[in-house]
Amino acid sequence: MSTKIKVRNLNFYYGEFKALMDINLDIKERQVTALIGPSGCGKSTFLRTLNRMNDLIEETKVKGEITLDGENIYSKKIEVEELRKRVGMVFQKPNPFPKSIYENIVYGPKRHGIKNKKKLDEIVEKSLRGAALWDEVYDRLHKSAWDLSGGQQQRLCIARAIAMEPEVILMDEPTSALDPIATSRIENLIDSLKKDYTIVIVTHSMQQAARISDNTAFFLMGELVEFDETSKIFTTPQDKRTEDYITGRFG
Amino acid sequence: MVRESFEASLNLLKEDVVKMMEGVEELVIKSVDSLVNRDVELAREVIELDDNIDEMQNNIEEKTIELIALQQPMAKDLRIIFSISKIITDIERVGDFCVNISKETIKIGNEPLIKPLIDIPKMRDIILAMLRNSKTSFMNEDSKLAYRVGKEDELIDNLYKDIYTEILMMIHSDSKNINQGTKLLFVGRYLERMADHITNICERIIYIVDGENVEIN
Repeated sequence: MSTKIKVRNLNFYYGEFKALMDINLDIKERQVTALIGPSGCGKSTFLRTLNRMNDLIEETKVKGEITLDGENIYSKKIEVEELRKRVGMVFQKPNPFPKSIYENIVYGPKRHGIKNKKKLDEIVEKSLRGAALWDEVYDRLHKSAWDLSGGQQQRLCIARAIAMEPEVILMDEPTSALDPIATSRIENLIDSLKKDYTIVIVTHSMQQAARISDNTAFFLMGELVEFDETSKIFTTPQDKRTEDYITGRFG
Repeated sequence: MVRESFEASLNLLKEDVVKMMEGVEELVIKSVDSLVNRDVELAREVIELDDNIDEMQNNIEEKTIELIALQQPMAKDLRIIFSISKIITDIERVGDFCVNISKETIKIGNEPLIKPLIDIPKMRDIILAMLRNSKTSFMNEDSKLAYRVGKEDELIDNLYKDIYTEILMMIHSDSKNINQGTKLLFVGRYLERMADHITNICERIIYIVDGENVEIN
């Protein structure tokens, strides 16, 4: 597997506060990388550095390098909107726009200049199928997205991300607001998405990280403590702090 | 709080394993004693006592499954629980071999022994030491000790070879020795197998402590 995103000596500051310390990590293409760690450890901050979502927060500063396919995403040449098209994001709480299911999906493609109705229809079907939602909504595409259940809304958000044909999908605790059945659907979906996309997911559920990810990174107080294959992290972690965290002895 | 109760359950589980090991120690002593003293009563007692070992195994197995289902252990906790479920199978097998020895004792009955038993009690002593030390290494999570214990399997293998050659010679020189000779050969074999199972236990202990799968011998 080749490396999709390479992170080198990444430091991140909220004002004076250093939230990430010298992070070095390779995210492999078409694999699921899980980020775990207690609240405030920096995992979500790290996730947001990968598509520069932190740019939206004032008084933040990034040092170090993140490359996507070898290109530094913090370079001046990079257009942030273009970057976020390539590196999509799904959030903790499903956040569909107060529009129809259809309009939610085509919002991004339209903004990027796609006007052709047939093309947009195709994108809608393809994205909804990709997010395993098509069968449940194909006959009510023009109804409000807000009428969907929480799990369906989250899959809609994944479909919305897919519609942009990203290369990487970032997910910030995508199932924390969902019940076990909806969670399991999303997990299955993640598993099937990884044949086309590189996925990075922040999760508070260790079992979820264990179930769905290929690689796991354990963060603690802004530091990347351990990064390895998921099967190794959960059976034979090398660092005592990882061991203590995943066995529930602190955190 | 939840982890504290998990920790307590895990400690109880470990204690159960230790008790099971101690139960089998008793069987090893009694089964070989029954042969040396041709004590058929004692041999019968071993067979009965082995039922307790089987029950302990079932009991521990149930608890391991329950802990896995309810606590979803990870890392070392998972290695311990998984390994315990393997270890108890090996302990149980040692118990079965004690039963096999006792059955040979019963078959031999009051018949005078064809030779003084020297190597068999020696094997027993080494096996007992192996069992006790593996128990200590399990309790103290001492993988180095576990490795040393596993290495002692070689001593047992050598003694078994000696017994094998000696009895074969006896059978060869006098066919009247065939009947009891083969029984004693079996006993030697059972003891030799016990040491193999204790070695497995030691390998499991090393896995618990270091997370490595090693083949000691």
